[in-house]
Amino acid sequence: MSGGPIEVVERDFGELALNMGPQHPSTHGVLRLILHLSGETVIKAIPVIGYLHRGVEKLSEHLAYDQLAPVYERDDYLAPTANSNAYVLAVEKLGGIAVPRRAQWLRAFVSEWQRVSSHLVWLGTLGLDLGGALGGGTTLYMYCFREREKILDFLEELTGTRYHTNYNLVGGARYDLDAAMVAKSNALAASVGAALPEFWSMSGGNPIFQERTRNVGVISKDLAMGVGVTGPTLRASGINYDVRKAAPYDAYGELPFEVITRTAGDAEARFQVRMDEIAVSLKLVRTIVEGLPTGPIFARKPLKNPKATKLPKGEVYAAVESPRGELGFHIVSDGSAKPYRLKINAPSFKNLQIVPHILPGGLVADVVAILGSLDPVLGDVDR
Amino acid sequence: MPAPEIVAAMETRFSATPFALGVEIPAAELLTALRALRDTHGYRYYVLGTGTEAAAAFEVTHAVRNLESNDTLFVKVSVPKDAAEVDSIAFVYAGAEWQEREIWDLIGVTFKAHPDLRRILMPDEYPGHPLRKSFAMDTPWGYRPATAAAVEAES
Amino acid sequence: MSAFFTGWLGAAVLSGIVIGVAMTCVAYMTWLERKFVARMQNRIGPYEVGYPHGWLQPMADVAKLLVKEDTTPRAADKLLFNLGPILVVVPALVGFAFLPVGRDLAIVDHPYSFLFFTAFASLTLLGVFAAGWSSNNKYALLSALRMVAMAASYEIPLILSLLIPALLTGSFQLTAVVEAQRGLWFIGYPVIGQLAFGIFLLCALAEGNKSPLDILDAESELVAAYNVEYSGIKFALFYAGEYAHTLAICGLAATVFFGGYLGPAFLPGFVWLILKCVVLFLIILWIRWSLMRMRIDQAIRIMWMFLLPASLVNLLLTAYWVVGR
Repeated sequence: MSGGPIEVVERDFGELALNMGPQHPSTHGVLRLILHLSGETVIKAIPVIGYLHRGVEKLSEHLAYDQLAPVYERDDYLAPTANSNAYVLAVEKLGGIAVPRRAQWLRAFVSEWQRVSSHLVWLGTLGLDLGGALGGGTTLYMYCFREREKILDFLEELTGTRYHTNYNLVGGARYDLDAAMVAKSNALAASVGAALPEFWSMSGGNPIFQERTRNVGVISKDLAMGVGVTGPTLRASGINYDVRKAAPYDAYGELPFEVITRTAGDAEARFQVRMDEIAVSLKLVRTIVEGLPTGPIFARKPLKNPKATKLPKGEVYAAVESPRGELGFHIVSDGSAKPYRLKINAPSFKNLQIVPHILPGGLVADVVAILGSLDPVLGDVDR
Repeated sequence: MPAPEIVAAMETRFSATPFALGVEIPAAELLTALRALRDTHGYRYYVLGTGTEAAAAFEVTHAVRNLESNDTLFVKVSVPKDAAEVDSIAFVYAGAEWQEREIWDLIGVTFKAHPDLRRILMPDEYPGHPLRKSFAMDTPWGYRPATAAAVEAES
Repeated sequence: MSAFFTGWLGAAVLSGIVIGVAMTCVAYMTWLERKFVARMQNRIGPYEVGYPHGWLQPMADVAKLLVKEDTTPRAADKLLFNLGPILVVVPALVGFAFLPVGRDLAIVDHPYSFLFFTAFASLTLLGVFAAGWSSNNKYALLSALRMVAMAASYEIPLILSLLIPALLTGSFQLTAVVEAQRGLWFIGYPVIGQLAFGIFLLCALAEGNKSPLDILDAESELVAAYNVEYSGIKFALFYAGEYAHTLAICGLAATVFFGGYLGPAFLPGFVWLILKCVVLFLIILWIRWSLMRMRIDQAIRIMWMFLLPASLVNLLLTAYWVVGR
């Protein structure tokens, strides 16, 4: 904004307008919050986004369908395969492309590992937010990232990269799992699961943490539905909606797992939902490798010209359950080899919209607790 | 696939035409239709709002969901390109506020009675609407270096 | 020997020695903290500089901070801006003048040295407020305002809990306080000693801005708060001042609750004092690096609703015990 008009923030007498600017340790990325404070109490909170807008939707209109899957992994960069998973599901739905069963189960496998990895980042950064970089939060952060490093090492062995794995292809998956990797996955699930009680004792079981998150940022059911929050934020307000159960995709129609809900709707409820989801995901990765069907992982004819795949004219919407919520792709096709219009239904964009509704009335210290409990990823918000 | 009885209800009340994901209704009926969907039929959950520049018109699509019956309905309206104005549903679904700002920002459709219609993803003073087909991919994006000398020279 | 040190020249020499030793201890306390915390977090800590244990890291830190650009915001209040770091460091160092390192061995052996020590320890608040106000920055201002609210809350329980050792001794002279612990350290007195130390520890955490009470420089909300506009040598002084203050508080706690230089004769007295300081410092680190931060209204509520009545009750109990003795 160099050289642009000076921004005047209007406020009443006695209010302090504080800019938690795009560069801030606790805004989970380049989010700008204009806070109007009266003492320590927040009166108004105006989020300003768009600092990470990279024009992915415009770019999508200029690349072929087969080229596009890796591009979306940069949106929600903490759970990359969820993005490309949603995209390939939409393309396959519109084009009527069949996916082999083994590929579906493998997609779910990688998605669940990335859910664990994303929730570990969330927990570590929540510790940083609530505890401070020079205090107890850093210890929780270090422990969570230690476990996450093991997961990233596993993904590196499987796919060659740590998290932008380029795993999903239109019509299947890219890398296969062998018996050695299955054993490694089970060992990893056991070790991450063994570390969870320690994380709990440093966060949810700690009275200071409970005081910081109880009754903070309460989202009522009506507000949640009207604004359209998704994912753990929605389930913590008592609404039992998980895309994996409501509109099953990949292997989730055949996998048994429970959907975690809480009714309180405050930051502590959102924390508990995510912590329990880590345990559910660890159980799921074990179930998946036990029941992995045999067969190919890519069933289309070898692509002579990947840029030539055409899709029939029409519209389609497909969604997955990313760690942040319902991540959906709405594709409008005009029958050519490139999307005519592609819209990403970003969960963090919708979750962040609740900020002006729940921040007022709390203290400055609650702002970071609430933002941490919403778990926004700015790549997902701005696309 | 949206539930057929809802599609039938929309067809009779609001002269809607069904399409793959939902119904298309006249622009004038948007507010009443969505209010009816929310209050009478239980579609209280707002899913997404998107805009497309079709060949001859702008299309604005809102998707709403009924959590009890697990049904998602897409409601589409078309507005002519020279009068690109549509009613804002921000007071019906709070989640539409930012989605409509994004449609205004990227496509250029104005929303009547929107509480706060300004750009959301692009800088505030940016000219043009990037997702229009007439907006070239190599449009310069206005980066200027922010050294102290440059800022002094401009002010 | 003692006669030399009671003169002006001798006092100046001794002060120089103590300040030199104190600042070196402060520098190496940062090293100790980083190593200890790293072990808590399952990593190694400083490693390269001064291989293999990183013992040159404090020197590298000081050198880096000295060569950094020393910026002052254009609209800052220059006098207070420059005074802030000084007001934070000097009172902490002055406190070392009162601590007895051996029998009758304190630089200033004043009848009210205990009170002077606590008074000087509280002067750091002025430095923090000066820094927060003069920075012309809303984050710093919020921090300064929080400090005023916190200071009003923790100073009273702090002083009241420190009155317990004074009551049990019958004097405010630190050398007398240590000598009175020859039979039993004051921490060992049932209920009154432990309660006094517990309250003192919590209030000392608040005064030193340590988690869970580091509300002043809440790094994740207020981004380094009161020293957000400081860089270079002034920031180094804030940093050193924080550790000097912690060391002084640990020294005070070791002196009035844990017997100071008293200990079995196979080690000289000042070594015992240093050992006790280090152990207390590690305890404070342990608390600091495992617990999350409290919100300011919760912290203030605890201090007024719990610590203040507890310290008053403790004072009454001690007075009753002393009178009945």
